[in-house]
Amino acid sequence: MANYYQPEIETASPEEIRQLQNERLVKQVKHVWDNVPYYRKKMEEKGVTPDDIKGVDDLYKLPFLCKDDLREAYPYGLLGMPLADCVRIHSTSGTTGKRVVAFYTQHDVDLWEDCCARAIVAAGGTKEDVCQVAYGYGLFTGGSGLHGGSHKVGCLTLPMSSGNTDRQLQFMTDLGATIICCTPSYAAYLAESIHENGLRDQIKLKAGIFGAEAWSEDMRKDIEDKLGIKAYDIYGLTETSGPGVAFECEAQTGMHINEDHFIAEIIDPETGEVLPEGEKGELVFTAITKEAFPLLRYRTRDICVLSREKCSCGRTFVKMCKPMGRSDDMLIIRGVNVFPSQIETVLLQEGFSPNYQIVVDRVNNSDTFEVLVEMTPELFSDSLAQISKAEKDLVVSLKSMLGIAAKVKLVAPKSITRSEGKAVRVIDKRKI
Amino acid sequence: MMKIQQISVFLENRKGQLAEITHLLAENGVDLRAISIAETTDYGLARMIVDDSAKASSILLEQGNILSLNPVWVIRVPDRPAGLSELLMQLADNDVDIEYMYSLFAHKGEYAYMVIQTSNEEALNKALDGSDFKVIGMEELGLK
Repeated sequence: MANYYQPEIETASPEEIRQLQNERLVKQVKHVWDNVPYYRKKMEEKGVTPDDIKGVDDLYKLPFLCKDDLREAYPYGLLGMPLADCVRIHSTSGTTGKRVVAFYTQHDVDLWEDCCARAIVAAGGTKEDVCQVAYGYGLFTGGSGLHGGSHKVGCLTLPMSSGNTDRQLQFMTDLGATIICCTPSYAAYLAESIHENGLRDQIKLKAGIFGAEAWSEDMRKDIEDKLGIKAYDIYGLTETSGPGVAFECEAQTGMHINEDHFIAEIIDPETGEVLPEGEKGELVFTAITKEAFPLLRYRTRDICVLSREKCSCGRTFVKMCKPMGRSDDMLIIRGVNVFPSQIETVLLQEGFSPNYQIVVDRVNNSDTFEVLVEMTPELFSDSLAQISKAEKDLVVSLKSMLGIAAKVKLVAPKSITRSEGKAVRVIDKRKI
Repeated sequence: MMKIQQISVFLENRKGQLAEITHLLAENGVDLRAISIAETTDYGLARMIVDDSAKASSILLEQGNILSLNPVWVIRVPDRPAGLSELLMQLADNDVDIEYMYSLFAHKGEYAYMVIQTSNEEALNKALDGSDFKVIGMEELGLK
């Protein structure tokens, strides 16, 4: 028996959804044209006006937005409402210290929380449930998003935030959490800890909602077996509000995109051309209900396939597969976006050689992140203490730039592999 | 005070790294007079005293090694029980911080030789002044 949070829209006919999208898109393009000069200029350069957009079929006429636009427009350039009407920001880390900041009105927050509530209900959540939110709270969208969704469903919400595993386990057992929301790698870590501490009999978990990083079917199976739960995927990005853009249902065969709020397209990342449904390409989102941060045709850089095959859960929203890769060099490590260029910036700031290599692996379902750096004559001395200090300073600077800890390994000069003269910057050994 | 040139070489934590370096020196007829290894889990460094530091460092650099040349002191210590202990007590009494220390072979029966690094040259001077411990120069050790 399928559960819906907003059945009237979640199971509406494709025609009804398309009609709603047409109306909302026309209105949204007008809103952006009137209130976001940055995007209006892009439209003018392409010779498009709001009159050209009569519905979803005209979407291809609009210019794209990408991460570089968000950086260029930082902080207020893409704001669609007066700041006085905004109630919150969230942010992602960005290259060279420049972040992406997204704004929310109360209405935006409400709709976002609805999307997260749909995900919780799809995972079997009801007001009887105890929902442990172990995503980070703060600038990161994960904590706030699922927290709000949990409130809307009426679950007893445990706002744990991330980390402090002993405390997580204590609340999980003492308060009988039934749903856990966190990154899949942290879920795997919790599962491991529960197993080690022999707590399996004391937990009441039935479902987990895991997102913000890539995870495999093997990892799903592993977490499900260890915790005795169903593990559901959830998708989103700060630029489009946060988690809840798409969510998995009981069928666990892809994530339903909340099409009343987002129009999804798949494009060829090289040409920008829209690809027919079912083809693999870059996922692009147009937010049709967001007021404060109304991004049109935002390129996610995630490579993905959409499917309109009928879903056994009864939902009619289009489904997206797990992202299969990136069309840029961004890495997602322990749920955090990492660009190699950020690492290069820190190395140069700290006086290290820009010859580096990032090695990412997954050990016991948890990401390992190592940065190999070539030793230079300037840094070298006869004192191990001095070298260690430079190394520790580098670790601290990397942590502050990236938001996650990296292990630094100093290696011999010219030892980092170069293929055809070009250094190999990233070795990702994770099999996802 | 007389100082002696020490060569420090960066060692990657990799099998055979040290052997490569000593082999390189051997091939070029460089005599290794003292060596000490300092290590962390990921990398290390070899500190060396050789008979011809200019030659050794140019050979090592040519092969792409990273090195650092630093002056250090070599102190002669009586080769008998408590020889080193007496020196170290004297240095401690005079507030000499020893950053690192290792021994050097000189084939001279009655003495042992310690290589010492300190940033506290004045204190070292004071500690050794009028004592039985003698700072030894390059020439006396047959170093170039």
